[in-house]
Amino acid sequence: MSARRMAAEQPATFTLSKKAEREINGWIKKYPKDRQRSALIPALWIAQKDADGWLPEAALRAVGDKLGMAYIRVYEVATFYTMFNLEPVGTHFVQLCGTTPCWLRGSDELKKVCERKIGAQREIGAGGKLTWLEVECLGACANAPMVQISNSDGDSYYEDLNAENFEQLLDDLVAGKKPKVGPQNDRHTSEPEGGALTLTTQNLSQARGTMKKLPNADKKVAINYYEWDPKERRATKGGWVDPKAKASRDPKKRKDGGDKSAGLEDKPVFAARPARANKAAPKPKVLYTDGPTDGTPDDLKKIKGIGPKFEADLNAKGIYYYRQIGAWKIADIKLVEAEALARFPGRIKRDEWVKQAKSLAKKGSK
Amino acid sequence: MVQLLQDKDRIFQNLYGLNDWGLDAARDRGAWLATSAMLAQGKDWIIDQVKASGLRGRGGAGFPTGLKWSFMPKEVGNRPHYLVVNADESEPGSCKDRDILRHDPHLLVEGCLVASFAMQAHACYIYLRGEYVLERQRLQQAIDEAYAAGLVGKNACGTGWDFDIYMHHGAGAYICGEETALLESLEGKKGQPRLKPPFPAGAGLYGCPTTVNNVESIAVVPTILRRGVEWWTQFGRDNNKGTKVFSISGHVNTPCNVEEALSIPMKTLIEKYAGGVRGGWDNLKCVIPGGSSVPLLPKEICDDVLMDFDALREHQSGLGTAAVIVMDKSTDVVKAIARLSYFYKHESCGQCTPCREGTGWMWRVMERMVRGEARTEEIDTLLAVTKQVEGHTICALGDAAAWPIQGLIRHFRHEIEERIDNYRAGKPVFVSGAALEAAE
Repeated sequence: MSARRMAAEQPATFTLSKKAEREINGWIKKYPKDRQRSALIPALWIAQKDADGWLPEAALRAVGDKLGMAYIRVYEVATFYTMFNLEPVGTHFVQLCGTTPCWLRGSDELKKVCERKIGAQREIGAGGKLTWLEVECLGACANAPMVQISNSDGDSYYEDLNAENFEQLLDDLVAGKKPKVGPQNDRHTSEPEGGALTLTTQNLSQARGTMKKLPNADKKVAINYYEWDPKERRATKGGWVDPKAKASRDPKKRKDGGDKSAGLEDKPVFAARPARANKAAPKPKVLYTDGPTDGTPDDLKKIKGIGPKFEADLNAKGIYYYRQIGAWKIADIKLVEAEALARFPGRIKRDEWVKQAKSLAKKGSK
Repeated sequence: MVQLLQDKDRIFQNLYGLNDWGLDAARDRGAWLATSAMLAQGKDWIIDQVKASGLRGRGGAGFPTGLKWSFMPKEVGNRPHYLVVNADESEPGSCKDRDILRHDPHLLVEGCLVASFAMQAHACYIYLRGEYVLERQRLQQAIDEAYAAGLVGKNACGTGWDFDIYMHHGAGAYICGEETALLESLEGKKGQPRLKPPFPAGAGLYGCPTTVNNVESIAVVPTILRRGVEWWTQFGRDNNKGTKVFSISGHVNTPCNVEEALSIPMKTLIEKYAGGVRGGWDNLKCVIPGGSSVPLLPKEICDDVLMDFDALREHQSGLGTAAVIVMDKSTDVVKAIARLSYFYKHESCGQCTPCREGTGWMWRVMERMVRGEARTEEIDTLLAVTKQVEGHTICALGDAAAWPIQGLIRHFRHEIEERIDNYRAGKPVFVSGAALEAAE
C-alpha cells in the first residue's frame, strides 16, 4: 500500500477532447450493455494522456460523468492504480524500475543519474522536461536495467541501460531528439546478447504445412487451408492450397519484419464490433400519472438502490407508488432507464427494484 | 548429457521477434492451421486432449489447465460464459508473456478461440498490464487482423461459432495478476481480491461463469492439439510435461528468454542459454528459480536441481513463472530480499490486515537486517511473523511476501547473524565476495 493524494493545486476545469471522447466510446462498446463501468481504467488512461500526463480532479469528474459513475468510484480507482499520476509531471516521465532483477543489474547507477540530472523523485526538473519515479517491476527483466518513458509520443521501454547510455538518452530527450526504443545495446529484443542461440532454423513450418488430419481426432474432418477466408477461397477454388505457393499470391506482405516501432500507427485501439441486432421492442406500459392521485405517495427510498435523487427523478416522471414499479416489464424498465436513469444503465435489474417494489406493495396492502 | 530442445519443437517460433508477427507470417509458422477441425471435434474432445497432455498452468500455481476448464458448467445457463486471459505479467523476474504478446500474438488469439469454444464462452477478454503499451497495440492489431480474415467474430473460422475477443488493460497494480482481483479490475473497480468461494467458474466476471488462464497456458493449446499429445508429453518428467518459456535475469553473462523443455537441469539452462553465471558457476551464490514469490535456493541445491514444478517443490521452492533470477557471490542477498519486501509492501492492496500491516513491518525489519541494526533473536521474531502472515489473507500475496524471507532465513541465516555481529563490533556490515578477494 502506498498513500496517494491529489495535487494541492488543481485546474478549475477540464474537458475531454473530441478524440478522447471517441476513443472512450470505442472502449465502452467492448463491454456488455450495462457494464460500461468496465471502461473506467482505459478511460482514465485516455484522460491522463489528454491532460498532459496527469489526472486533475476535474478530469476524474469528466470521466465519471462520461461513464455515469459517482465521483468517489472514479477517485478510488485513480488513487489505487499507480500509473495514474495525481500530480503534474514533466514532458518526459521517466519510470525507473528498481525491483530486484533490475537492482542486480545496476539500477542504483541509473538512480544516481536521475538524481543528478533531474532531482528528487516526483519533482519536475531539467527545465520542465523531465520527472522521474522509481517504480516496481516493469516486466522486462531479461533486458535489465530498464526504464519506461512516457511522453506525447507514447510509452516506450528503453532497455539494457547503463549509466553512460542512460545519461545520453536523457540528454537526447531534453534536446528534442527521438532516441531508439528498446535495447540500447546491439540486442534486438530478449535474445541473448551477441545473437540468438535458438530459433535460428527457419521455415520449420513447411513440414507442418502438409498436415492432412489432426492427431488423435475422433471424427474425420478434412483440413482445408484458408477455407474460411472468402478471398482465399476464391483464389484456391475451395481446395487445399500449398502454403509455400501462397507467398507469391499475396504481395502485400508486411514490410516491417516485426520491428518494434514500425507498423504501430496511432490508430484507435479497439476492434470493430458487429452491431447488435435491434429487436422490435414491445410497447412499454409504464403507469404514468400526473401526481399522487390517491393519498400520500409511497416512500420509494425504501427500495434498495433508490436514493432521494432517484426518487425525485421518478416522481418527475409520474412514478409515485410501489405498485407502479412492481408492474414494470422489460420494456418499461428500458423506457424508465432511457428517460430518467440514463446514467445508471442496468441498475434497476441489478438491484431488483421490481421484486422489491412488489413485496413492499404487498406489505402496504396488508 | 542433456538433450536440448530442438528448434522444430519450439512452439513460439518468433519469440524474439526476428520475423514478422503478422497474420500471414504467423500462418506460415503454423498458426491458425486446422483450427476449424479442432472445433469440429467438439468441446469434450478439446478438454480431454488438454487433460491428457498434462498441461499445468503457466501463471505460477501450476494448476492443471484441462481440469480447470472442466470446472465450468457443462451447459450454458442464463448467464454467459467468459474466458479471461491473464496477461498482467508483473512478477519480478518474469517477462515471457510480453514476448508472446508482441511477437506471437496470433498463437494467443487462436488459443483464445479454442479455449473459449471448449468452455462454451462467446466472449474473451485479455487483460494486459497497463505498462505494456506497445504490446497492447500489437495485440489489438493482431485481433483486428483475425477479425478481418474471419478467424474470429461471427462464424469464427467458418465453424458457425460466434466469438468476440477484446483487449483490456490495467494501470499498474501487481495484485491484478491474482485472478479475482483481475476480474474486479476488469469490472472497473479497485483490484482487491474476492473471497473464494464462489470460485470464478461459478461466479466470475459480471457474476458469470469465468475461467482465468495465463497467456502462455492458452497460447500453447492450439499447437498441442495440432501436433498431438504424444509430441507434447515427450518433454519433461511425469506430471511436468511440455515446454516452457524461461526468463533468465540477474548475474548471468547474457540474460535472455528461451523456450525449453520442463525438467531441464538449472545449471544446463543457465550455462547453455544465458552464457553462464558471471565469473563462472563457482561464483554462484543463489538463484530465485520462479519469480520473486518463491524462496531462493543456494548454490548446493542449484548444482543439480531440475527446473520443474515437483523438483523445485521438493526443495521448498517452486517453479512459479519460471523466471530465474541469478545472484553471484558479490550480491548482498539480504538487500536483494529486502528490496522484494519493499515490492510486496508497495503492492499490497490493503484489504487484509495481516498483509497490509505485515508487509510493511517485514520490510522495515528487513531494512534493519540489511544494516545489521538488530538483535539475533529478532531473526526468529521475523520468521514467526512471516508464518503469521502466510495463509491468513484472502489471496496469495501475503504468502508471496512471506516466502522470500523464509527462504533467506532458511539458507542464509548465518549471513544475517554475521552482519549483526559485525555491526555490533563496529566492522563493515557487508563486504561483497568479489571485493574481499581483491583485498586479500
